[in-house]
Amino acid sequence: MTRTVSRPTRARAPLPLDVEAIRADFPILSRTVRDGKHLVYLDSGATSQKPRAVLDAERDFYENHNAAVHRGAHQLAEEATDLYEAARAKVARFIGSDDDREIVFTRNTTEAINLVAYALSNAATAKEPEFRTYALGQGDEIVVTEMEHHANLVPWQQLCERTGATLRWLGLTDDGRLDLSDLGTVVNERTKLVAVTHQSNILGTINPLEPIIARAHSVGALVLVDGAQSVPHQPVDVQAMGADFLAFSGHKMLGPSGIGVLWGRYEILDKLPPFLTGGSMIEVVRMEGSTFAAPPQRFEAGVPMTAQAIGLGAAVDYLTELGMENVEAHEKALTAYALERLAEIPGVTVIGPPDTVARGGAVSFTVEGIHPHDVGQVLDDLGIAVRVGHHCAWPVVRRYGVPATTRATFYVHSGYDDIDALADGIRAAQKFFGAV
Amino acid sequence: MQLQSMYQEIILDHYRNPHGRGLREPFEAEVHHVNPTCGDEVTLRVHLDGDTIADVSYEGMGCSISQASVSAMYDLVIGKSVPEALETGEHFMTLMQSKGDASVAEKLEEELEDAVAFAGVSKYPARIKCALMSWMALKDASARALSVAHPAAPTGGQQA
Repeated sequence: MTRTVSRPTRARAPLPLDVEAIRADFPILSRTVRDGKHLVYLDSGATSQKPRAVLDAERDFYENHNAAVHRGAHQLAEEATDLYEAARAKVARFIGSDDDREIVFTRNTTEAINLVAYALSNAATAKEPEFRTYALGQGDEIVVTEMEHHANLVPWQQLCERTGATLRWLGLTDDGRLDLSDLGTVVNERTKLVAVTHQSNILGTINPLEPIIARAHSVGALVLVDGAQSVPHQPVDVQAMGADFLAFSGHKMLGPSGIGVLWGRYEILDKLPPFLTGGSMIEVVRMEGSTFAAPPQRFEAGVPMTAQAIGLGAAVDYLTELGMENVEAHEKALTAYALERLAEIPGVTVIGPPDTVARGGAVSFTVEGIHPHDVGQVLDDLGIAVRVGHHCAWPVVRRYGVPATTRATFYVHSGYDDIDALADGIRAAQKFFGAV
Repeated sequence: MQLQSMYQEIILDHYRNPHGRGLREPFEAEVHHVNPTCGDEVTLRVHLDGDTIADVSYEGMGCSISQASVSAMYDLVIGKSVPEALETGEHFMTLMQSKGDASVAEKLEEELEDAVAFAGVSKYPARIKCALMSWMALKDASARALSVAHPAAPTGGQQA
């Protein structure tokens, strides 16, 4: 299907990815919405759409190999286990880890972060001395930032409530960046863990992890990086990054829902007590008590999300085929174009960095005189899917003095035409509500 | 364009020129309600004269639907007894659950006055909460106001 481009005279650099070819891989992009409107999907930051290769991988698993992994003596169980572990290896290579044991499959980023938070509070009461290595209590501090998604804030608030530790945070500058001016005092010898997002889901900001990790490690603190918005959109190498934990979700990187990843340094994972307990994660079970398996099995209680992990493996293959450098360059070009197009519309204010320096493709904005819900409704009526609200980062919208924002996010199938549709849609909302 | 079915002119009028907006004295109860999925907020006060709602005053921020809904509610409930106002609220809830069924709106038109214009919202599940937020706040505030007026009543136990 061809789309009308509203301003054909504008000079635009060719995009790094072949958008039309990629769109053909995503069945959902050929459907229509709201009475025959072509779907313009600008909500990949909430969840990504799935290419046929991912859907096929899940279907193939159920049709040909379905069995419970890591148990059973039959051929299907062997095949299922091999496929599940192969997915683990693919994910490890994708983020630059050479040790598959460092990949723990979880439900999503939220569960991965909770796994660490609960393991740390379980450490305080663990009977095994080595599991008490990272125990925290009164006098200890955990550091987050004001930019965090609720998933990388609330679990740490709760961990502090359970252990008596104190939560501290790094603030934000007016242009949507982390304020690192007090890094040296906020992260100090009492700090046990620093939890920071790699790429803000609302501002688009890519944070400078290097000074934060260097400071944290200099005082002996662990660092957890929330990679939910970075791993899908830019090359990430855990060796180069230098953090201790990285959490991300499959569903935001073309994979199925219900599968996420916690990467952790093996020597650290090995000293953490379990979060969820039950089958698969044990070593020996007696009525009097149990001992636990080594990582990653220690953190994967119960029959895991097998088809979803295999689907994530297929998503990783798809992204690797495109090349994460190309994905990053593609989104950078789109972000630059979007910032330019939005700046042309009177009354539109971008919340977040105004240029593409250290910035990803989450573009949040307000439209003067029109509430984001109403902007989103007009866009929806035109077939354009965006996110509205506080984006699970309520402190961020509060910091910038707005009740909510409208957010457009891009991915491999996004093109200039999507952004033209967005800009035209915003003008339509202004016309509808008489705001200009 | 389907938008007009949701954004009736009556709704946009209430949004642009809200009725009864602003927090006023006296009042027996004040509540603060939020819609946690979008961050919309309303602070709402109820003043009773006996069991009759003498005033509902409010401040809030939110989308056109939530702001217009509280304005239309203000027009509907002043002068009603608390049970009558809550019954109207129940009928507004019925309208919100009607999934665009015109016969429901027709039946409720006389009672709900301007608020029947919100019938179009019932076709958009994500927006129903916006329209209902002020009615939930009213229910909460009037129960608290009654418990202040009749401290022995079984609805008590909440602080104004």
